Amino acid sequence: MSSAISAVSTGRRMGIQGKLPVLILFLPPALLLFTLFVILPMGEAAWYSFYDWNGYGIPEKFIGFKNFETLWRTSAFATALGNNFLIILVSIVIQLPLALWLATMVSNRIPGAVVFRLIFFMPYVLADVAAGLIWRFVYDGDYGLFAAIASMFNVAAPYVLADRHLAIYAVLAVIVWKYFGFHMMLFIAGLQNIDKSYYEAAEIDGASRWQRFRNITLPLLAPTIRLSVFFSVVGSLQLFDMIMPLTGGGPSNSTQTMVTFLYSYGITRMKVGFGSAIGVVLFIICVTLAFGYRRIFMRND
Amino acid sequence: MTDRTLAPAAPSALGEPVTKPARRGSAFSAHRMSFVTWLYLYVSLFFVAAIVLLPLITTALGGFKTLGDLRVHPFGLPGEWQWANYTDILLSGRYWQMLGNSFLIATLTVALTLAVAAMAAFTFAHVTFFGSSFLLNYFLIGLMFPVATAILPLFIRIRDLGLLDTYWGVVLPQVAFGLGMSILLFRRFFQNVPKELFDAAFVDGCGYLGYFWHITLPLSRPILATVGIVSFVGSWNSYLLPLILLNSDAKYPWPLGIMVYQGEYSSDWQLILAFITLTILPTIIVFFAAQKHIVAGLTAGAVKG
Repeated sequence: MSSAISAVSTGRRMGIQGKLPVLILFLPPALLLFTLFVILPMGEAAWYSFYDWNGYGIPEKFIGFKNFETLWRTSAFATALGNNFLIILVSIVIQLPLALWLATMVSNRIPGAVVFRLIFFMPYVLADVAAGLIWRFVYDGDYGLFAAIASMFNVAAPYVLADRHLAIYAVLAVIVWKYFGFHMMLFIAGLQNIDKSYYEAAEIDGASRWQRFRNITLPLLAPTIRLSVFFSVVGSLQLFDMIMPLTGGGPSNSTQTMVTFLYSYGITRMKVGFGSAIGVVLFIICVTLAFGYRRIFMRND
Repeated sequence: MTDRTLAPAAPSALGEPVTKPARRGSAFSAHRMSFVTWLYLYVSLFFVAAIVLLPLITTALGGFKTLGDLRVHPFGLPGEWQWANYTDILLSGRYWQMLGNSFLIATLTVALTLAVAAMAAFTFAHVTFFGSSFLLNYFLIGLMFPVATAILPLFIRIRDLGLLDTYWGVVLPQVAFGLGMSILLFRRFFQNVPKELFDAAFVDGCGYLGYFWHITLPLSRPILATVGIVSFVGSWNSYLLPLILLNSDAKYPWPLGIMVYQGEYSSDWQLILAFITLTILPTIIVFFAAQKHIVAGLTAGAVKG
C-alpha cells in the first residue's frame, strides 16, 4: 500500500518535471495564432480608427474622433443599426415562438418526427450565400416564384428586393427561413431535459395541454430560451453573407446591416481608418451586449 | 414528484381499468391524441416543411429548364429536361476547382484547429501553472466578437505577411477565430476524463506527452468529431474572409465562386439555379449521410460554448 502511494507521489514529481516541455510545446501555437490574428488586429483597429489612412505606408494623418463623428452623421449607419435591432426583434417575436411551437410537435415520438426535424434543420446547414441566391430567385419579379404567384392572380409582379420599403422584410423572411431550424433543435434538446414525471403528474391533475405548456414547459425551458435569444443577438450582429447575394445592402442602403455597412463603406473603398472605426463600434456593441446579457439573464445558467 | 408514485395506484383504487401510464408525456401524448389533434399536428408540419422545401426543389428543378420554360412555369416539372445545364457545369473545370479549393481550405482549417486547440486545452485541463486561468480567459475573449470587427487590420496583417491570395492566408485567421470555442469544448471534455487514469499512467512512467498521445486523444473521439464538424461546416460555408483575403478566381472557394458565376450569367437563371444546386449538393448529401453527428455537433457546439 505504502509503496503504491510512494509510486504515485514519485509519479507526481515526475509529472512536475514533465511540465515544462508540455507548456513549451503545447501552448505557444495557440497563443501565437490567437494573438497574431485576433487580439492584435482588434487592438490595431482601435489604433487605426483615429487615423485617415488608405492602408499603405504607416498611418500618419491623425484625425482624432473624426471617423466616429462621420460615422455618427452617416444616415446609412443609423439604418444599419436599426436593421440589426429589427432582426433581433423579429428573431424573438416570430422566429423563437415558431421554433418552440415546432419543437413541441417534433420532440414527440410521432411517425415522421425525425424526418421533419431534418427538413427543418436543413436550411441551417446550407451556406448563407446559397440561401441568399435561392431566395433572390424566389423573389425575382420576372422568373421567380413571386412572379408566378402574381401572374396566377393576374397582378403585376412586385420587385420585392428592389423596393426600399419592402426589401428588408423580404430579407427578414429569409433569415427566419434559414435559422428557425437551429433554434428548434436547441429547444428539442431543452425539452428532452425536462423530467417527464412533471407532465404525468400534471395530466393526472387534469391540466390542459396549454396549462402544461404554460406552467411546465415554458418555465423549465427558460435557460434554453435565453440561450436562443443570445444566439439571435450574436447572429444578427454578424449578418453579412446572406445580405450580399440578396440585396448587397441596397436599394438605397435600406437593407444594410453593420457588417455590410462596414464592407461597403470601409473595405471596398479601402478607408482603413473609417472601416476600423466601424469595427470598434461593432466590437463595443458586441462586448456590451454579451456582458450585459450574461450578467442580467444568464447568471444562473 | 409525489404524484409520480400515486399515478398507477389512483385509477385502480377507483375501480377503473388501469390505463397504461404515458411513457413519454409532453405537450402531446401520442397514444391518446384525438383525430383533430393529429390533423392539426400533421397539417402544420407539412405546411412548414413545404415552405422549407419549396425554394430548394424549385431551384433543383429550375436547373433542368430552359429560360423560357422557367419564365412561364417556375413551379412544376420541366417541359423538357435540359440535362445539358447540369452536365456542362459538371464537365467544366471551374466547378471542381471551386469545390476543391473549399475542401482544401476546410481540411487544413480542421486539421490545424484540432491540433492546436486540443494541445492548448490539454494544458488548461491537466497542467497547473502560474497564469493558467488568466490565459484561458484571454482565449475566451475571442468568443465575444465576430471576425468582421477586426477585418481591415487583419487584411493588412495578412498582406504584410505576404499571405494575401494564398490558402494559408484564409486558413490561419479561421483557425485563430475558432480557437476560443474549440479550446472551451476540448477543455470541458478533457476535465471529465477520470483522474485515476492520470495517476495510473504516471505510475507506469507515462509523461504528459505520452498521456496526451496515448490516453487523452484516443478517448476524445466524440469531442474531436464535434469540433471538427463545427469548424469544417464553418469553413466550408465561409464567405467574408475569403472574399477579402483572396483575389484570384482560381483560388476562390465555392461561396465566392457562386457569386462570380451569378455575376457573369446575371439573368440566365436556369444556369445559376443548376450551379447553386450542384454546389449545395455535397452539403445536402453529407448532411443526410451523417445527420446524427452533424445535428449533434452543431447544436452541442453551440450549447456548450
